Amino acid sequence: MTDMTIGDVTPCSRSLKRVAATLKRRRRKQALLQWIGLGAISIAFITLFILISSLVSTGWQAFSQTHLTFEVFVDPAEISAARLPRGGFDDALVVSLGKLLENADMSDRDTARAVEGVLSNGAQFQLRDLVVADPSLIGQTITLKVPVADTFDQLNKGLIDRDTPEALRRVKNREIAWFDELKAQGAITKPFNLGLFVNADSRFPELAGLKGALVGSFWALLVCFLIAFPLGIGSAIYLEEFAPKNKLSDFIEVNINNLAAVPSVVFGLLALAVFIGWFGLPRSAPFVGGLTLALMTMPTIIIATRTALKAVPPSIREAALGLGASRQQVVFQHVLPLAMPGILTGTIIGLAQALGETAPLLLIGMNAFITSAASSPFDSATALPTQIFIWADSPERGFVSRTSAAILVLLGFLVMMNAVAIYLRQKFERKW
Amino acid sequence: MNDMRKIEPDVTKTAAKITAREVNVHYGDTHAIKNVDVDIADKTVTAFIGPSGCGKSTFLRCLNRMNDTIDICRVAGRIELDGRDINHKSVDPVQLRAQVGMVFQKPNPFPKSIYDNIAYGPRIHGLAHSKTDLDEIVEKSLRRGAIWNEVKDRLNQPGTGLSGGQQQRLCIARAIATEPEVLLMDEPCSALDPIATAQVEELIDELRQTYSVVIVTHSMQQAARVSQKTAFFHLGSLVEFNDTDQIFTNPQDGRTESYITGKIG
Repeated sequence: MTDMTIGDVTPCSRSLKRVAATLKRRRRKQALLQWIGLGAISIAFITLFILISSLVSTGWQAFSQTHLTFEVFVDPAEISAARLPRGGFDDALVVSLGKLLENADMSDRDTARAVEGVLSNGAQFQLRDLVVADPSLIGQTITLKVPVADTFDQLNKGLIDRDTPEALRRVKNREIAWFDELKAQGAITKPFNLGLFVNADSRFPELAGLKGALVGSFWALLVCFLIAFPLGIGSAIYLEEFAPKNKLSDFIEVNINNLAAVPSVVFGLLALAVFIGWFGLPRSAPFVGGLTLALMTMPTIIIATRTALKAVPPSIREAALGLGASRQQVVFQHVLPLAMPGILTGTIIGLAQALGETAPLLLIGMNAFITSAASSPFDSATALPTQIFIWADSPERGFVSRTSAAILVLLGFLVMMNAVAIYLRQKFERKW
Repeated sequence: MNDMRKIEPDVTKTAAKITAREVNVHYGDTHAIKNVDVDIADKTVTAFIGPSGCGKSTFLRCLNRMNDTIDICRVAGRIELDGRDINHKSVDPVQLRAQVGMVFQKPNPFPKSIYDNIAYGPRIHGLAHSKTDLDEIVEKSLRRGAIWNEVKDRLNQPGTGLSGGQQQRLCIARAIATEPEVLLMDEPCSALDPIATAQVEELIDELRQTYSVVIVTHSMQQAARVSQKTAFFHLGSLVEFNDTDQIFTNPQDGRTESYITGKIG
């Protein structure tokens, strides 16, 4: 700035002054633009932070589950080898549990039922499976570690306020007393909730897991990939490299771009009418889900592939053509390998979108209540987003944190897929 | 196709390698080449000179039908290679391009190893019968491309890692590897520094022993240095075609004189 004032003596000093005057305004505009950009990014990040932190604050509790460890006498009077797998497993559990509680009058049926309510409904099946696997356990005393019922899990996690009047509270005073008694004995633990990943869905929050949804999503994405990837790349190669440039190909291009913008629920309706209605494919099946998602992913893959093919410099095509390579050789030996990183990136991003897609899966029935994981793409299953939908809709308190946890798991997969896409792009990026 | 040669026996052989008659090229509505007649002799370097946009590159690309790849480009007229019409529908452009090699303005090695760059042409045309055969072709081509000594120890490294001049000689070697009869060069030195240019020019002079070379150049000095025949193009027309000495010392057309003395261009 100072040297410009010295410039008064030179002939061009007047224009220099004018430049200096505009310079100030230009700098101010640039600074303003930078602040606006910074502000926009800040708002985006704050929103993201609020989203993630609210999910984590409610969801983190679902990653642990309160368990009760106690000695169970496998009473031959209740359980006999001859009647397996039937037997009074719940009675055996309640009797053993009652012995740990001093103030519980187990002869009173209501009390006994209330004591049984401390344990998860799944506890008796856990015991049954153990005994069925090894009938020699009958008559012995074994140490069993079982999940507690959802309300006691909530109590242990401090999600139930003990100051609430008893009449308005789901756990009664004597139940709290029993639980505290068990806790004082060191029988209550809160380990990592492995069940969240290895169990299928359940009516009981303490037993409900994401396995069914993870397996369903896996099958659906596999089908989606196997269909959308070759078809998408094939269409893109034809349109980009071989199709004559005329009105028809323009029309096709416009329609593909439109297809990418069609709301996903429309694809769901289409799938319901065509795949399930006409073709008679099974309802709720990941195979149908995959087909539907493939319809949605294909335009994304076509557009990404065409962009990647266009980005290959024409000099490479000319070099190959000039050597006498045919069009097909140019495409498959030179252009496609060079475009592959871009194609894969687009495909992964398309699949990530498909993973989070909910509406079309709701319409083909992938939001059913299914308590076992699908063993083939034709079995009924849910997917991660529809599982979230189901849990978000469930009244039990335990599903509140599990919904958030499931969202975190879904987001984790999405972040992983996008990270792979970025890694591929950076690793194979070429300088020309 | 051979029967065509029988009809006009020795005339075409001795006269020219490539004969172009009344060639017209349209790019959409633009008339890029107007009635060009040229005879390109065998074992000779022919230079195409002229101001930018005069059509010399377009005409060059007609000689191996590279213009086919451009949708809006239409080529009319007769271009014969050894007496055979290259635009006849029975001629496969793929085969033609194996016969008429091309080197481009910007060095464009494939992003593959040096070896694979050279071996690509022979591989797709099935010129090598064994691995040793292919090794021989690669070495021979690199030697003739005057780059063997610089790359013989790093044949497996990417061709894109070479310097600009080396890349261009690699591209020339790659074009030679398919054993073409004619080599088309579209401003091969415009992206190179003076030293690399000198090396490529020296190479072009050597290639004349075996091939018919057609070179498009912006540099009149280069045309004078490397070529025996020079064609001057202006606004899509062939203004003058003669021995290089004649063009530069005694041009017959006023426009040629203006161009080589720097008055138009």
